[in-house]
Amino acid sequence: MSATPEVAPGLAVTARRTAGRGGGVLRAFERWGVPLFTAAAIFYLLIPILVMIAFSFNDPPGRFNFVWGEFSLAAWGNPFGRPRLGDALATSLVVAFISTVVATALGTLIALSLTRYQFRGRSATNLFVFIPMATPEIVLGASLLTMFVGTATEPWRTLTGGALFPLGTQTILIAHIMFNISYVVVTVRARMQGFPRHLEEAAMDLGANGWTTFWKVTFPLILPGILAAGLLAFSLSIDDFIITQFTSGTEQTFPVWVWASIRNNLPPQIHVIGTMVFVVAVGLVALNTILTGRREARDRRIAQEEAAGARKARLAVPE
Amino acid sequence: MTRHRWLLPYLLMAPGLLWLAAFFVLPNIQMVLMSLSTGSISQGWTFAWDFDNYLGAFGRFPDNFRNSLVYGGMATLVCFLIGYPMAYGIAFRGGRYKTLLLFLVIAPFFTSFLIRTISWRILLGDQGPFLAVVRNTFGVVPANFSVIGTPLAVVAGLIYQFLPFMVLPLYVALEKIDKRLIEAARDLYAGPWRRGGAIAGSIAGGVVVAFVLTGLGYASLEEGGVVGFAAAVVAGAAVGGLIGAFLISESFVRVTWPLSVPGVFAGSILVFIPAIGDFVNVELLGNPKSQMIGNVIQNRFLQQNDYPTAAALSFILMAGILIAIFIYARVLGTEELTGGRS
Repeated sequence: MSATPEVAPGLAVTARRTAGRGGGVLRAFERWGVPLFTAAAIFYLLIPILVMIAFSFNDPPGRFNFVWGEFSLAAWGNPFGRPRLGDALATSLVVAFISTVVATALGTLIALSLTRYQFRGRSATNLFVFIPMATPEIVLGASLLTMFVGTATEPWRTLTGGALFPLGTQTILIAHIMFNISYVVVTVRARMQGFPRHLEEAAMDLGANGWTTFWKVTFPLILPGILAAGLLAFSLSIDDFIITQFTSGTEQTFPVWVWASIRNNLPPQIHVIGTMVFVVAVGLVALNTILTGRREARDRRIAQEEAAGARKARLAVPE
Repeated sequence: MTRHRWLLPYLLMAPGLLWLAAFFVLPNIQMVLMSLSTGSISQGWTFAWDFDNYLGAFGRFPDNFRNSLVYGGMATLVCFLIGYPMAYGIAFRGGRYKTLLLFLVIAPFFTSFLIRTISWRILLGDQGPFLAVVRNTFGVVPANFSVIGTPLAVVAGLIYQFLPFMVLPLYVALEKIDKRLIEAARDLYAGPWRRGGAIAGSIAGGVVVAFVLTGLGYASLEEGGVVGFAAAVVAGAAVGGLIGAFLISESFVRVTWPLSVPGVFAGSILVFIPAIGDFVNVELLGNPKSQMIGNVIQNRFLQQNDYPTAAALSFILMAGILIAIFIYARVLGTEELTGGRS
């Protein structure tokens, strides 16, 4: 770079004014247009959710809940009043719960290794974990179906003990754990960036062994990230349709039930259960965010007090 | 223990990576083998290096491939046009509401994908609010105009479903930009983009309108059709030119845009991939003629039990995506791609 040009103060002001001339529209756009556009676009993203909530209170004129009839609480009074709907929701919840626990455990271990250790194959592991997320769901589902059906013939039938075919809750679970692992890894790893390593070193210096250090220091610190990953995994699992459709056989989860129902009828109960799931999921995420925020505020306060205390101590001790 | 410390990360990762190997890698290998097999579901399949499945997959479904590419491309383009200003607004003007705004962007994920698509069927239906305004109140479209059952509805559904996948990586890229660089550009006389913006904006506007109208099948070669098409393209160019000349600044073109290009790539991949494989939007919003490659795969696997053809189609999809990912990883690195910087 060349040396800073010497410009008289008055000239600089003129130059700035020239550059800004005609930029009034631009500034107004930056100040008002962009935020307005953003707000409108976010509203657009929320419209279908509002429609879902509104149509859970609908008494549709036909078998399909596509047109507004009149306001009714009937579906809310009887949310599971359709054959197999309650069972389907129960399967969804069981699969979501188990797959969340398993995938969160396996994914957290991968995230820990990727952020804490330098090892051969680290970059390849990053890529390997990413690829399932970038694969279309239809390919994930279709390839699992191909493999599961393949185990129906010998010798695979004996080797797998018939566990993978016929399809059922267990194959849905296998698929959900598989696609959730990658999302857990990415979420936990994002939260572990900027992790305070010196706290672990301090624990080690004070005589804690690796195991104690992990459970007393590391784990509490990464817990919010693990919870966030768990919530994400749960919501991905409970909403999944495409992969589940390929791996469920005759078993039904809630989305599969909706899909099977839609050819013949579309009762407002679908919107009622959708609304319930939405409210619970948003509530859990909000709770986790608030608790994490409070914790972080407390940690910041303690850090500030410690810093202030250290300054005071330094001032008190003469050099 | 200390002697084998280098083993520790591998041991920690082993269970998860083995799960992915068993239920992601193996099934895909099995699918490749299936795509080269012959037979039927009753007699079983035998591996036979049968490349006819691939010829059949390409030859028998050209319309579905075209629909997938055109609808997926259109959805990616419109998601970019909506998502970029949106991500920019959150990153630069979000202030202390950034977290809340990002949460609202992902809020749709807390309802089922199917229910959201059903909502669009309600909104875009013949008795729905969209046509009530556009057709009945303003009369912009003819009285027999429908949205449901047309490519327009399918693309509208795809845009909605995948917009958050565009916004999030764009936000990450924009958020990282050092704001002092933009101030520096302004101090160095960066003003409105004017002539460059007018030219680039009008070309982009015209091309976007032409692409969208052609892709949705609204461009006809009848006399009135050509005039209407040309008028729409000119109008698009005019709007694009005005936006380019008045709303785009030089500091944006020279600083913000180049620094956000990785986010544009990531967002486009994340929208395009699921969009071309989708079959739900077509099934609920489209018609048999607007079926995409995902519909064929789903149908061949679950209804017709024609596994070899379906596997060949899936593998073609997968191979295209792997190529895109490897190019991306080469250009920008795996850490950039997977968001892992430590």
